[in-house]
Amino acid sequence: MPKVTVDGVELDVPDGATVLQACELAGKEIPRFCYHERLSIAGNCRMCLVEVKPGPPKPQASCALPAAEGQEIRTDTPMVKKAREGVMEFLLINHPLDCPICDQGGECDLQDQAMAYGRGTSRYDENKRAVEDKYMGPIVKTAMTRCIQCTRCVRFTEEVAGTDEMGMYFRGEDAQITTYLEKAVKSELSGNVVDLCPVGALLSKPYAFEARPWELKKVPGIDVMDAVGTNIRMDVRGRQVMRILPRINDAVNEEWAHDKTRHNVDALVRRRLDRPWIRENGKLRAADWAGALQLFADQLSEAKSKVAAIAGDLVDAETMFAAKALLTQQRGKLFEGRQTGLRYDVSSLGAVRFNTPIADIENADVIFLAGTNLRWEAPLVNTRVRKAVRRGAKVYAVGPEVDLTYPVSFLGNDLSILGKLPSDVTDAFERAERPVFIAGPGLLAAGGQGDAQAAAHALNVIRGDWNGFNVLHTAASRMAGLMLGYAHEDGLEGVKAAKPKLVLMLGADELAEDAFPKAFKVYVGHHGDKGAAQADLVLPGASYAEKHGTYVNIEGRVQRGEKAVFAPGDAREDWSIFRAVSELLGKPLKFDNFAELRAAMIKAVPELGVDDGVVLDLPFSPAQLAAKGEGAIRYPIDDFYLTNAICRASPTMQRCSAELVHGETFAEAAE
Amino acid sequence: MSGITSLTDKDRIFTNVYGFQSPWLKEAQARGDWDDTAKLMQLGQDAIIEIVKESGLRGRGGAGFPTGVKWGFMPKEPTPGRPNFLVINADESEPGSCKDREIIRHDPHKLIEGALLSSFAMRARAAYIYIRGEYIQEAIAMQRAIDEAYEAGLLGKNAAGSGYDFDLFLHRGAGAYICGEETAMLESLEGKKGQPRLKPPFPAGAGLYGCPTTVNNVESIAVVPTILRRGAAWFKSFGRENNAGTKLFQISGHVEKPCVVEEAMSIPFRELIEKHCGGITGGWDNLLAVIPGGSSVPLVPAKDIMDCPMDFDGLKDQGSGLGTAAVIVMDKSTDIVKAISRISYFYKHESCGQCTPCREGTGWMWRTMEKLREGDAEIGTIDRLLDVTKQVEGHTICALGDAAAWPIQGLIRHFRPEIERRIAERGDRLEAAE
Repeated sequence: MPKVTVDGVELDVPDGATVLQACELAGKEIPRFCYHERLSIAGNCRMCLVEVKPGPPKPQASCALPAAEGQEIRTDTPMVKKAREGVMEFLLINHPLDCPICDQGGECDLQDQAMAYGRGTSRYDENKRAVEDKYMGPIVKTAMTRCIQCTRCVRFTEEVAGTDEMGMYFRGEDAQITTYLEKAVKSELSGNVVDLCPVGALLSKPYAFEARPWELKKVPGIDVMDAVGTNIRMDVRGRQVMRILPRINDAVNEEWAHDKTRHNVDALVRRRLDRPWIRENGKLRAADWAGALQLFADQLSEAKSKVAAIAGDLVDAETMFAAKALLTQQRGKLFEGRQTGLRYDVSSLGAVRFNTPIADIENADVIFLAGTNLRWEAPLVNTRVRKAVRRGAKVYAVGPEVDLTYPVSFLGNDLSILGKLPSDVTDAFERAERPVFIAGPGLLAAGGQGDAQAAAHALNVIRGDWNGFNVLHTAASRMAGLMLGYAHEDGLEGVKAAKPKLVLMLGADELAEDAFPKAFKVYVGHHGDKGAAQADLVLPGASYAEKHGTYVNIEGRVQRGEKAVFAPGDAREDWSIFRAVSELLGKPLKFDNFAELRAAMIKAVPELGVDDGVVLDLPFSPAQLAAKGEGAIRYPIDDFYLTNAICRASPTMQRCSAELVHGETFAEAAE
Repeated sequence: MSGITSLTDKDRIFTNVYGFQSPWLKEAQARGDWDDTAKLMQLGQDAIIEIVKESGLRGRGGAGFPTGVKWGFMPKEPTPGRPNFLVINADESEPGSCKDREIIRHDPHKLIEGALLSSFAMRARAAYIYIRGEYIQEAIAMQRAIDEAYEAGLLGKNAAGSGYDFDLFLHRGAGAYICGEETAMLESLEGKKGQPRLKPPFPAGAGLYGCPTTVNNVESIAVVPTILRRGAAWFKSFGRENNAGTKLFQISGHVEKPCVVEEAMSIPFRELIEKHCGGITGGWDNLLAVIPGGSSVPLVPAKDIMDCPMDFDGLKDQGSGLGTAAVIVMDKSTDIVKAISRISYFYKHESCGQCTPCREGTGWMWRTMEKLREGDAEIGTIDRLLDVTKQVEGHTICALGDAAAWPIQGLIRHFRPEIERRIAERGDRLEAAE
């Protein structure tokens, strides 16, 4: 712990800290552009200059200088002030100062720091440099004249996203940031460079000129695009969510979010179900709530206990609980959330979750990926694995070969490999201290749960206080659904075999159309997608932005999102629909508002009542399962950008899919 | 200047610098190169470093850091996964400098032998010569000399019969001035964009591929064999205290006979010019100013330079520096503002663009210089320009920012009246035209 002095105040700083961190610990603000906590140090903006003794008689870049015993750091001297003013002046001479028409205005580091550390006037009377804008794909809009060459975006794509697409070419004052051959950034994390850009050079294309930051109300939420539970912030103006940004949570998403998380937002006002629909003679006709609820009630009475509920991937725990409460009143016993027919043993929830904390993945030294395309199924777990690889971890995989942005030894594409692992794999795991085994949805779909458990046992990934056995899900609703009993022991096949007369589809859009040919299908959801298309009764519900909700991520981390806006048109929060129909049935459910619903749910499943962000202590006692032995593995996601009803309705996601997955080219419209 | 004698032929290190004889191995050996190199190596690694320290050799690339001290920073026992490297800087791009080129063209075996000896001293098993991209014939000549040395068993396994294995590689640059900066050179060698690295860590700690590395100038390495053969005391006998040795001076510009010549350090400017260059064009009264060390050092006006000893300390006292001893002489026919403006353009063109003050400042300084050249400015512009140079100087990652700032500072220091005259004259012209 070196002892340093910052502006006359003595303090101890942690080993390995930089002078900049020491200043921050002392409560001094150090202006910076290129420095970012989660990226490597570039030291090129020169904004963080401070005076350090002992050292050369010139200001030092504090971001790159290690704090050392006995250093005397000054941040308040005339030399430092002059240095900051000088650098700021240089940054501004070729910056267009078009803040009034710049989307970054109001949340711009350059703007803020120019106010705090710059001179009041400019002494530059030459022409300013102009730089041609670059094409960076459907997510990132560029205004490269504004670029200050901090290279945060370059370092992000290289280090975190792992795609090596961005770089600086030319030199001196002609230096420009660009993508390789001006191709679109083919990374599912490209939106993060928009957040990282300290100026308005890289902007969000879908959000361009939509809103000003000071108009926005910020609502914390939980992302439902995958099962990682990315913490998000929904920026709301009036009745619309204008954009979604990640919130910092080092245990889950650090400060990143993938493009689907950010840019599904335009779908929240498109293809919405905003009134009830009833199917008559094979066609849906618009209806009113009274008629629709009455029909729902009649069908429920008729079906008696022959009812089933199928939960979709995006629903919150409260919705599932309310639906289950409704159907249980008439002795319904059929509940399932694995709508694509996955069937695995859930007798021990600990055995089907991510047991290694996501943040600990980056400390792993050997990682085995069994049937998972992490980059598409959980991009923010993939970044952790990439971090581990950068620290020297070795990765083996079973499954079709895909580019995961780091070197992977693919062993083949069949379950049988898990039964006879090559010796280099077993040797690597034997030497490992923190081994990680991730069984993905591809493996579960191939029926390989037993094989995975056997392989994990053979590789000895559970040892002492380290549990390296992980199952990866892709549905945000999965863990909460399993806790609420949305799992039939024979999976969807079991529900089908029971031949329910009424099937309640809770946003279940991935359900095969011929799954329940005879049943009356009630769809409660928010987008007119595959689910609504096959339903006999469509009841408009709320999307994740329009209701409070509890979500449990793959680790078993309970997180709660808040309601940012009201659902459009006649749509209602899902639970209130079930409450209303129970009234018509003469057996009103025992909750009259959301708070009572949540209380009832917590009473039924106390684990869901833990504090926000707590990881549940689920018992880990894997059932004895027979290994299947063989079977090809296939990843379930064919198109990252179109995995659920919301993103399928999003023009941005459709464009991403067409351009980045299917390789179509788009001409940029002249502005 | 008392005590400073000019060099006689018997004390010249570079005996073929004019290329009167063949540069190749046989003739080089006849001139004394590769003469029982193995015996020199028997002195021992630390003894060689000591002798170089003792000789007072200061880096010939411009900064003048004591070479032996620099070698002493290298780990004495490199670990197997982290070998030591020597990188020889032949990216001679400083305007005015042309000494390394003569060494490579005409005395390449001095460099190769020096590379072996100094690598041996530093426990480096491999050395890289990073040669300037524009030096095409030089690269061909250098490669031929290296191939000869390999064939003769002077390089490679059991180099020169010493029992030491050593490999020497030639790497060609792609024509960027900044790659002459030592850490940018390492980046470039690694195949990346040539941009200087942050220091610390210094190359001796983490250099090429993260391994301990020393970067030395061609001349610093090429003089090592002779120092070892003739002794530290001999080398130290030239030049003033702390400025020892002989030095290749490269005199260009307004002298009768521009040349590259090996002379004793600390030789007075007047003697250097009279003896080797046939005097200033138009006589000594016609001398305007001299840039004594390559384009990056401030100029020195005629009256201050004439009797100045040409060494590190003597020129530092004049507010300038010896740099690479690339002496650019300018007589009174020179448009001095234009000359410095052209240098400013060079630095604007060669700035790597990595860090802010240099990227933005070099362009601003050049544009302002262009206006001052025409007098299209106000008196305050000069002060503003000076302030801008101060904002660049010392705020950048590498020394290119300083190199861009110093010539302008030197100009304003010594020729401010000239700039003011141009501004006033242009004002008068405009007034007359109205």
